[in-house]
Amino acid sequence: MSKGAATRKYTVFPFGPQHPVLPEPIQLRFTVDEEKIVDVGVNVGYIHRGVERACELNDYQRNVYLCERVCGICNVMHALCYCMALEKLVDVEVPERAQYLRVIWAELNRLESHLLWLGLLADAMGFESLFMQFWRDREIVMDLQERTGGNRVIPSTCVVGGVRRDILKSLAERFREDMVELRRRVDKLAPVILKDPAFKRRTVGKGVLSYNDALMLGAVGPTGRGSGLVKDIRLEGYQAYKHLKFEPVVEKDGDVYARTLVRFYEVYQAIDLILEALESMPEGEIRVKPEKWPEGEAVARVEQPRGELFYYVKGNGTNRLERVKIRTPTLANIPPLLAMLPGYEVADIPVIVLSIDPCIACTERITQVKKGGGS
Amino acid sequence: MVRMLPNIIRNLFSKPVTVKHPFVKREPFPGHRGMITFDMKKCDLCQDCERLCPPVAIKVDPEAKTITYDPFKCIYCYLCVTNCLQRAIRGGPAYTPPAYQKEIVYYKPEE
Repeated sequence: MSKGAATRKYTVFPFGPQHPVLPEPIQLRFTVDEEKIVDVGVNVGYIHRGVERACELNDYQRNVYLCERVCGICNVMHALCYCMALEKLVDVEVPERAQYLRVIWAELNRLESHLLWLGLLADAMGFESLFMQFWRDREIVMDLQERTGGNRVIPSTCVVGGVRRDILKSLAERFREDMVELRRRVDKLAPVILKDPAFKRRTVGKGVLSYNDALMLGAVGPTGRGSGLVKDIRLEGYQAYKHLKFEPVVEKDGDVYARTLVRFYEVYQAIDLILEALESMPEGEIRVKPEKWPEGEAVARVEQPRGELFYYVKGNGTNRLERVKIRTPTLANIPPLLAMLPGYEVADIPVIVLSIDPCIACTERITQVKKGGGS
Repeated sequence: MVRMLPNIIRNLFSKPVTVKHPFVKREPFPGHRGMITFDMKKCDLCQDCERLCPPVAIKVDPEAKTITYDPFKCIYCYLCVTNCLQRAIRGGPAYTPPAYQKEIVYYKPEE
């Protein structure tokens, strides 16, 4: 590509793996004609951590703490997905109350992630004050996580067979107050997202992903839902989602603005889901101890803030697992990202790349090493 | 500009959201999982905590009668605290203070 491109006076430049806009170690190689993107290639594998191998060396109950650390932002989802897969293997029925508690923590994670992302998007387009305001309001969520889970970022509440902590009545009251306060604060910021002309000029019509492309390239999560794809794993009704009422947020335009709106409305949806779950949570046990070692194969899927998370687990009747396979949503969203970029200007790159909410460190499962240096 | 004006005036007189950290300390909430301490009088050096610890932050030496604990490796999951049969490990809402040495060595007192 580069030789032919050089004769046609195209320029090739790398974006990443270390770049001030995107602290994620992904390299995108852009072929540009003046300011216009013609072609884009991708290179991943800079931050391979060997989590899957480490999962095979640990005791299966301790793996929960390892899987939580695959992604810092959506840690509850990772623990939840791993536990769901393991619970199929060890034949454990999770108590009803534990299922509700898991949903509450998972939705807190979604709130945290979406508010963080909305701030990052504002930062990527140079809208510093909006960035700070979103992150200020996110502190409510972080404090709630510390209050209920015991830790600010990683609550470590999920275990195979249930949860480790309960939300007491006094704390639930506090929870409700904080959620109402958060909704009031997000309401205040809503006009900026919905009406501000400067915000719209940077996002409307940029990085368009058509419905067909989203379907063909397998876009998941808000990236797919922004293109009109009705795809939400929560609709399958895992854990307590089967008892809760919600509609997936779907926008049709497929541009960055549509994806922003999906995430913005999902903030409200998450607040509603938490309030509903707190209201309808039954009393009872929160944990069941598994009585046998995992044997056989199982698959679990969970809707993360970024899309579909997938765990495959294989046990062999001992306390260690034979294989764990993790697929995070960013891996599924990289091909749609490559389809979004061509045709837009270099100045739009940060906003478009950020619009899939890339989390590269979670994605890395392989690393490429070529003979003679360089990859 | 007219819409921004009340906001600007409010910001002039309102308190900052951030906390002046070294002077004002942020207290952890009750139920926060913080620094762990070992009560060596109760400990019977059974090594359960060493086997349970996910990041291998605890090392028990039954011959030298010591426990070596690394608070910077610890992920504060409290598996050891909840599973200690002798209830010799205690935790509580306190942040880990900065230190010159990473590892803390506890010695079992002679009887």
